[in-house]
Amino acid sequence: MADLAWPDPKDCSLLGTRVPRIDGPDKCAGRAKYTYDINRPRMLWAKFVTCPYGRARVASLDVTPAQQLPGVVAVEVIAGVGSELKTSFQEVACIAAESEEIAREAVRRVKVTFDRLAHNVVDDDVAMAGNQAKPGREQLTDDFAEAIGGAAVVSETEVGCSVLTHCCLESHGSVVEFGEEDGQPVVRAWCSSQAVSGVGGEFAQAAGVPAAQVRVSCQHMGGGFGSKFGADLWGALAARLARQTGRPVKVMLERDMEIALAGSRLSAFGRMRVGVKDDGEIVAWESDAWGTGGVNGGMGAPGLPYVFGNIPNKKVKSTPIFTNTGAQRAWRAPNHPQMCLLTMAALSDAAAELGMDELDFFRKNLGLTSRADVYREELEIAAEMIGWKKKWIPRGDQGDVVRRGVGLALHTWGGGPHNSNVQCTLHPDGAVELRCGTQDLGVGARTTIGIVAAETFGLPLAKVTVLIGENRYPQSDGSGGSTTVGAISTATRHACVQALDKLCAAIAPEMNAAPEQLIAKDGLIRGRESAAGGVPFADACRRLGAQPVVTMGQTQRGNGMSSSQVGGVQMADVEVDCETGIVTVRQMVAVQDCGRIIDLLTTESQVRGAMIMGVCAALYEERIQDPVTGVVLNPDLEFYKLAGIADVGRLDVHMMQTPEHVARGVIGIGEPPAISPMAAIANAVANAIGARVKRCPMTPDRVLAALKT
Amino acid sequence: MSRSDQPQDASGVSRRGFLKGVGAGALAAGAVAPAAAALGAKAGPQAAAAGTVFGPAPVAVALNVNGKVRQLRLEPRVTLLDALRNHLDLTGAKKVCDRATCGACTVLLDGKAVYACTVLAVEANGRAIETVEGLAETHGGAAPIQKCFVANDAQQCGFCTPGFVMACESFKRANPGATREQALDGLGGNLCRCGTYHGVAQAVVDALAGKGGN
Repeated sequence: MADLAWPDPKDCSLLGTRVPRIDGPDKCAGRAKYTYDINRPRMLWAKFVTCPYGRARVASLDVTPAQQLPGVVAVEVIAGVGSELKTSFQEVACIAAESEEIAREAVRRVKVTFDRLAHNVVDDDVAMAGNQAKPGREQLTDDFAEAIGGAAVVSETEVGCSVLTHCCLESHGSVVEFGEEDGQPVVRAWCSSQAVSGVGGEFAQAAGVPAAQVRVSCQHMGGGFGSKFGADLWGALAARLARQTGRPVKVMLERDMEIALAGSRLSAFGRMRVGVKDDGEIVAWESDAWGTGGVNGGMGAPGLPYVFGNIPNKKVKSTPIFTNTGAQRAWRAPNHPQMCLLTMAALSDAAAELGMDELDFFRKNLGLTSRADVYREELEIAAEMIGWKKKWIPRGDQGDVVRRGVGLALHTWGGGPHNSNVQCTLHPDGAVELRCGTQDLGVGARTTIGIVAAETFGLPLAKVTVLIGENRYPQSDGSGGSTTVGAISTATRHACVQALDKLCAAIAPEMNAAPEQLIAKDGLIRGRESAAGGVPFADACRRLGAQPVVTMGQTQRGNGMSSSQVGGVQMADVEVDCETGIVTVRQMVAVQDCGRIIDLLTTESQVRGAMIMGVCAALYEERIQDPVTGVVLNPDLEFYKLAGIADVGRLDVHMMQTPEHVARGVIGIGEPPAISPMAAIANAVANAIGARVKRCPMTPDRVLAALKT
Repeated sequence: MSRSDQPQDASGVSRRGFLKGVGAGALAAGAVAPAAAALGAKAGPQAAAAGTVFGPAPVAVALNVNGKVRQLRLEPRVTLLDALRNHLDLTGAKKVCDRATCGACTVLLDGKAVYACTVLAVEANGRAIETVEGLAETHGGAAPIQKCFVANDAQQCGFCTPGFVMACESFKRANPGATREQALDGLGGNLCRCGTYHGVAQAVVDALAGKGGN
């Protein structure tokens, strides 16, 4: 029997190396087709009439002028007269027309009036939010008062971060078409979705057909980051309008709706007090935190303090605020980056209050975390990489206009695998085919499956065909929470090892060997010890007869195949111009464990991408609501700011790949590195200017305000 | 963010809101003059005069895309991006911000990078348009810059990638001896959400150094 366990790294030719992604050539030549790119014969375009206020009731609605416009085919009223709209840009009506231009014009022709209702979009002030703030129960340990009263130093910190949006470059949307396949009716649904196997039911319901008729397809998707699990109202409308009109319908959100409605990250603000002894030992933590997730409130796990959960004496309170803003959705490590900021900023300020080097302070208190040894080693490596000892100087010791600073943060995540099924087909001509109903959000899912299959069969990557992104393929859970790589890699290995067993059994007699003595390596089925007498893979497959071998693999947990729970450290080196308030990230380092790596190249890309998202959150992006009208003021990419290529500084990544780390098996990497960067940059800015900037993004005005206090 | 080689609308007008908002009639005198002249050759001598009104009905437009002339009838309000994507099924250039901010729709117009979402199709009439698909085809499936993108994993979800590829190609042609810093400065007109800038920077540096073949 071939060994299910992962091979020794020194025996691997692909696994764990830097492998360019399989679909890279298609993506950069414009051949990769995304949902937004699907054009079907006689396809209609749908656009939305939306709410122009933070909260309103539809007072009157006349869609006739739109219906009368030549080229308009269908109008569906979503919110009729009397309906309450809870946020700006919420859908009032949807219009399907022959072209995008006509649909847009028809939207403008709809006559609609609103009665404005009282709204709340304030999330940074509990008092101003009034009864929309819903304080949670305070958690208090018995000896808190005594502990904080007896602390040598009690530092105080006030910090927070604004609501962000996922801002997927491919907006949410679907194309739905009623058709036929082999004489049977089918509904084809192209959907930009993180859950290809699971989303079919929503389309079936909207289309009014059995789920078995729905063919979901997502070959490529332009980002998800946690915001694209369901078909949403927009996918359902594509299905309903396709059914009603008998024509394919495309519904893709325009950028304003995408930013306002299609997913956001909770804001979080907090006032923290940290009690420490003279030697830097943390003895007490107090936090009062609040924030919004829009119309569905906010806050939730993880609680405070983050990572340093074992601080002995605590007083913790959190207050979700309900606002008339687009609902939050899971955003890369839900709520972790925010809690990381609140915690790491408070601890950094405590270190500064003591006059202690932040690095020494964090090191001293690692016993209050659940992975002290991992963090200790990672801090050591990160400090070396960024040159912490040379760069760190106490806060407030710089008088120059341009000041430098360094900061750090720690994070944790699970990353265990979800359930996945992979089918391996070994054809008699030696062709290898893998099918899995997973999806590639841009992290390299296709390449992961291909690498594992090619490594298992001892073949070059190009000899393996990987088919994903269809709900007809074997079920695979939605991609969220860093659960995909551990699932699809182990399920692929499981499927391929079973197929290899059958192949070895078929060829063993003529090789005069027992099947268990045979391995697949360098394009041969050969003896374990020597390539001599090996049979080329394709020749061996011919011995299978006329029928292909088909095997199914499932997610493998534990036993060194996959695991969960990782720790990571990030450090930032920044420069702050104290006259303009402009912050520049000079360098960041990420040290991260994620068990065994499948593809080092795409792993590093994902870590760097997470760091860049952190730069955006720390310095540039936020969704701004107008308190007067309640509308989103920056629903476009001009004023919803993302970092550009020259704004991110040098990004160095170190993946922990000692034998002990590798032996843990595969663990997901999507979320962990996205947690720390904002906090690390915030601490670096505090170190540079000797003051805490109260809110991320640390825009020039906020930096200058901090300098004045 | 100062940028030296940001893609610009070839007519010098860079805000689509202006072009689309004022209506086709008001455009003719200034912004759309090049298109008027180009269309005039087909529509007769009078049509070339300043003040000609196009639309709102569809007009004949000849788009010279990747070396092939494609005859279309388009409403004057149709952008070059929508003409390429919705009428010619050339979906490499992506629609993301639709207002000249993100660069995902970048194509080359007469050899210069433009935001195709902010050029009207009628303005591109008769002019040479090169898309990401064309760049690949003329190099047997992948141009050097595209090979450098793959080798450096300068893409994750890939939605910004075609635009970035064209912006890099344009920058490389205009600045063959550029340094890394100059390249980063020149590529400020494109945005990525997944955070692939490290790979893109290395890809353009490699391409400038002649990697990826010819």
